[in-house]
Amino acid sequence: MLNLAVKIAPLPIAQWIDDLVEWLTSLHAFFNFITSCIAGINGAIQWLFDVVPIPLMIVLVPALTWLLLRKKGLHLSLIIFEVAGLLLIWNLGYWRDMTQTVALVLTASAIALVLGIPLGVWMAKSDLVQAIVKPVLDFMQTMPAFVYLIPAVALFGIGTVPGVISALIFAMPPVVRMTNLGIREVPADLIEAADAYGSTAWQKLIKVQLPLARKSVMAGVNQTMMLALSMVVTASMIGAMGLGEKVYFAVGRNDAGNGFTAGLAIVIIAIILDRITQATSNHKEV
Amino acid sequence: MQKIEARNLTKIFGGHVKQVREMLAAGKSKKEILRATGATIGVRDANFSVEDGEIFVIMGLSGSGKSTLIRMLNRLIEPTSGSVLLDGEDIAKLGRDALLRVRREKIAMVFQNFALFPNRTVLANAAYGLEVRGEKPEVRNARAQKALNRVGLEGYENEYPHQLSGGMQQRVGLARALASDADVLLMDEAFSALDPLNRKDMQDELLELQAELHKTIVFISHDLNEALRIGDHIMIMDDGAIVQCGTPEDILTHPATEYVARFIEDVDRTRVITAGSVMTRAYTVNIDSDGPYVAMRRMRANQVSTLLVVNADRQLLGMIDARDTMKLIDEHRNDVQRLDSIVQTDVPTTTPSTPLNQLLAQFAQTALPIAVLDEHERLRGVVIRGAVFAAMARREVPSNA
Repeated sequence: MLNLAVKIAPLPIAQWIDDLVEWLTSLHAFFNFITSCIAGINGAIQWLFDVVPIPLMIVLVPALTWLLLRKKGLHLSLIIFEVAGLLLIWNLGYWRDMTQTVALVLTASAIALVLGIPLGVWMAKSDLVQAIVKPVLDFMQTMPAFVYLIPAVALFGIGTVPGVISALIFAMPPVVRMTNLGIREVPADLIEAADAYGSTAWQKLIKVQLPLARKSVMAGVNQTMMLALSMVVTASMIGAMGLGEKVYFAVGRNDAGNGFTAGLAIVIIAIILDRITQATSNHKEV
Repeated sequence: MQKIEARNLTKIFGGHVKQVREMLAAGKSKKEILRATGATIGVRDANFSVEDGEIFVIMGLSGSGKSTLIRMLNRLIEPTSGSVLLDGEDIAKLGRDALLRVRREKIAMVFQNFALFPNRTVLANAAYGLEVRGEKPEVRNARAQKALNRVGLEGYENEYPHQLSGGMQQRVGLARALASDADVLLMDEAFSALDPLNRKDMQDELLELQAELHKTIVFISHDLNEALRIGDHIMIMDDGAIVQCGTPEDILTHPATEYVARFIEDVDRTRVITAGSVMTRAYTVNIDSDGPYVAMRRMRANQVSTLLVVNADRQLLGMIDARDTMKLIDEHRNDVQRLDSIVQTDVPTTTPSTPLNQLLAQFAQTALPIAVLDEHERLRGVVIRGAVFAAMARREVPSNA
């Protein structure tokens, strides 16, 4: 009975996906538009990194950290680590690669937040939407990331943009999930209080639900950024420039030393991004 | 004047409304209906009215439907059927915008677990209702500040709720309700989460505020002592239905059902029953017209050893006893007309509205009957020890006052 599975011809799922991708590629105008949007955002961030002199940047990053975290228990060690880490990256000659990597991560994360937070809100408001979106998110996260590279190239060409897209798909689920969770966890009596005083649905969202879900949303933002960063090496296989590219080349040339230094630079960036986003979510007073 | 009137207000949770109605009409119990349809009856056919400016307490055990009922008054829970008239307007039929307006301007609510917004300061919490209705920041902050001052929270406006004690948090909840300047306050077990001392303070404060503001307050409680203390009327619910509605004394003296009787069993009656309802007739002499012979005759006739002395307006002057009166007669024989020389002025007194628990304290210091005087110092009656104990033991309260 069960061996019926091998008796019938294999289901043509692969063919269906091929057909779908082929059909999608026929929508040139649409994908070109998206490509230029993403390239525009990425370019703007990259331009910002390029115009600011490196020494100034090494001062600005700790300054920004201090500004964001001064009220939330800032550790001096983080400031010291940032200065030392950035100096090391400069010294190793990875500065531009580093900025390219950060630009990719920030672009992907920014788009993930812009799309993911409203989607999370929608999920929280409707059980039906939650029932549909949840498995899609599981799928997005568990499908091996390499698989996204193939249609990404077909639709968006080679370079940073398909890198951003594949990072986006891989990194968006946490912020959607955590926004949904955060809003659903707002205590029922606070929702009742907001309703009892005549809040509209929008006022309730802006004044009560999102502020109270903030901690959870920020934890999602943190995870999203980390996942986006974890995609940079993978994305370099389709031509995304940056530290990932250096690692990928080192693997190709069996160059352990340079592979390690580029990897170390990624670790430094990861720690800086993680600590900043994590600290903003560990808000004391709420 | 009636402020709120509920007519046939019903809430059935879980659908099957038609079938549930038929089963209700057939007299089936809540349990049978749940088993047959899976539907729960929150409230069934509630009819009651709340007077303008009164504190109306809804009581019942948990699961009796009181929380559901109060939430139907501002439609946090949609009634299945029936109507709620607020100033003659049916809340149950309002459209979305009209309902928002009612919630913003006419009905405010105070919650059991305070339901303060943890991300907002005390001031911003108190101003919430004004904020959502679109008042300018200066206006809403000034009014929120006024409400906070009123509940004794000056100086705490920039704190966050979690920095305050439970009692203070509920004051913020009360200030939030007062700031919106609604006529109607819904208070859902507002003081139940507080410790007993705090609860009593808050009850006192609510009564003080009420004396000044004359809001219409619907107050949910499961604590009968609280209900008796603050309620002008009390409505008792059981299993979603109203079993009795009346004044505190009504409920205590004439419980409608076995359920109510059990409910009031543990109540501290000395807090509710007043001197006015246990006092008996006072035996008196009029100092201007009665002399010692009249006094003696009256004592013998009524078999008492003391008489209260009043003037022509029945204002209390003091007391005489049999021994002094006899002595006065023996010493002066026929030439004495007045009793002034033997009047003792240290007579214990009280007012008709004094609860028995305070009288007990007085009885601890004197064996004499306590004279009950009205606001014009006129004698209305006396309370004797025996009557107090009889009332406490729930025997028929003497009513020949």
